[in-house]
Amino acid sequence: MATDALLEVNNLKKHFPIKGGVFSKTIGYVYAVDGVSFTLHYGETLGLVGESGCGKSTTGRTVLRLLEPTDGDIKFEGQEITRVDKGEMRALRRQMQIIFQDPYASLNPRMTVGSIIGEPLEIHKIARGSAKEDQVSSLLQKVGLRAEDMRKYPHEFSGGQRQRIGIARALGLNPKLIVCDEPVSALDVSIQAQVINLLEDLQEEFSLSYLFIAHNLNVVEHISDRVAVMYLGKIVELASDTDLYNNPQHPYTEALLSAVPLPDPTIEKKRIILQGDVPSPINPPSGCHFHTRCPYKEKICEEEVPEFKDIGGGHWVACHLRT
Amino acid sequence: MEQPLIDIRNLQTQFFTDDGLARAVDGVSYSLARGETVGVVGESGCGKSVTALSILRLIPNPPGRIVGGEILFEGENLLDLSPAEMRRIRGNDISMIFQEPMTSLNPVFTIGNQISEAVKLHQGLSRKEAMNKAVEMLTLVGIPEPARRVHEYPHQLSGGMRQRAMIAMALSCNPKVLIADEPTTALDVTIEAQILDLMRNLQSELGTAIIMITHDLGVVAEMARKVVVMYAGKVVEQAPVETIFAEPNHPYTQGLLRSLPRVDKDATGEKERLQEIPGIVPSLLNLPIGCNFATRCPKALPICEEKEPLLEQVGPNHLSACWLNH
Repeated sequence: MATDALLEVNNLKKHFPIKGGVFSKTIGYVYAVDGVSFTLHYGETLGLVGESGCGKSTTGRTVLRLLEPTDGDIKFEGQEITRVDKGEMRALRRQMQIIFQDPYASLNPRMTVGSIIGEPLEIHKIARGSAKEDQVSSLLQKVGLRAEDMRKYPHEFSGGQRQRIGIARALGLNPKLIVCDEPVSALDVSIQAQVINLLEDLQEEFSLSYLFIAHNLNVVEHISDRVAVMYLGKIVELASDTDLYNNPQHPYTEALLSAVPLPDPTIEKKRIILQGDVPSPINPPSGCHFHTRCPYKEKICEEEVPEFKDIGGGHWVACHLRT
Repeated sequence: MEQPLIDIRNLQTQFFTDDGLARAVDGVSYSLARGETVGVVGESGCGKSVTALSILRLIPNPPGRIVGGEILFEGENLLDLSPAEMRRIRGNDISMIFQEPMTSLNPVFTIGNQISEAVKLHQGLSRKEAMNKAVEMLTLVGIPEPARRVHEYPHQLSGGMRQRAMIAMALSCNPKVLIADEPTTALDVTIEAQILDLMRNLQSELGTAIIMITHDLGVVAEMARKVVVMYAGKVVEQAPVETIFAEPNHPYTQGLLRSLPRVDKDATGEKERLQEIPGIVPSLLNLPIGCNFATRCPKALPICEEKEPLLEQVGPNHLSACWLNH
């Protein structure tokens, strides 16, 4: 069946059991991802934004089955991948790669850069020996480093350079999908711009699709075509980047947008300051998870979980008051 | 003109490491007036935090040492004070809050204990009076159920709450100066908005002057009246906040502003490529001759790699260190 959907996620859930007591019984769950659905199209960047604990990183990892889903379906290029076996999944992983947040933790400090980038090529039997070296060399140059760098170790590079190495590693297998898990959050501002530009250039050159996970709205809005806003395990709003900014529907999205400090002292912002803290995903509030902090909350919000509905033009919201 | 509250003059702080000498703060000068907020902005390694730690003489020795300059507080050079005199200033006249509240709060003492410690020490209050003061401070910083939470430990509070507790601690003796070192960097944006709001309200209520250290130009635009831009151990530009954003003079400041993605600009539908600053910050162990920024500067002249530019006036209250101004 022809579809321009590279990735289809349907009602994805990931619950982490909490063990306790003398016999390590399961005494509760962390409802990290609690029913998330979205589609990622070919060549698209879908931003996944939200604050700490909303489940965005867990979603990214579960989609690649680095974490096993508790429930729900994942389809990659029309094929159901939620329950395929390890061998098949490994072959599929050539098409789906990941870049991590921490450039200091995501590279093995005891491997040379050349080994780090070359490893996937060897594992998937794409290239060996001098052919592999040529590819590694080419990848390094693609990400703005030098071929000689392959003989160095990660500690010899800055944070931004290490992130480039991580990107080269992800590119090596020529994947279709790259999950970018907070790839620029740990970098200085001027280096962020370099890496963001690099990701955009590579996307165009290699027809990549990105699931771009971040908490910085400025960065997400810049790089994404569409943006999904997550709160406590659920997507509360999904829209094109312009629609999300110009016409936010969900009260949480409004608050998030108004909270971003803008580098312009002349703008007088009408701030929506949310009261209180994010509730724990171990014990999420009843009904709409956001009701405890929502300035417009009504009775129904405490009782019923709002449906994630299409309000037109590809703009989806989960809110009793806005649908 | 009124004497500045804090006047840093040509401060030099260096670190003597196995790999060589790091000139972390290399001739930095700026001042803070009563009740003012100065934003000190720059990226990793620019020296903004080391300057702040130097003010309070919290530089670990070894390997660090303040090797030159003066830090005047109400006209008196803090670098001349004895340890006992300095202790009377810390937490009392000049306070500091840090980026990571979990690592700067003592995990084995209740927050009430930690907040009351400062008032017991500096104001000689009894244990009961000090605990009441702690509850008062928790109320001031907006922590709900303060009488109960005053007996809690840091790990029982969320990130935003811990930062509020740290602010309560820092303001308990009503200091004249609050140094805030990246106070909201580790917080989610909605919590950051709460904390910035709180700091502004407390400032107008208590009249505290604030040195706000951050890499976030958005935070600077919101909080600061005057901005000091630092790069590789030096001040490269200094101006009132409106001027820095409207008419940045130094190529580094200009580059920084142009490289920022902006949610309000990107959503007009016309996406523009970010204008990046190429290259990376030089190592403090191996600073170049001439201007530290020359290797990355799109407008570098031959003189930039030979001689270091000095900070000069380029407009009203506007200083910049760049040969292009000649």
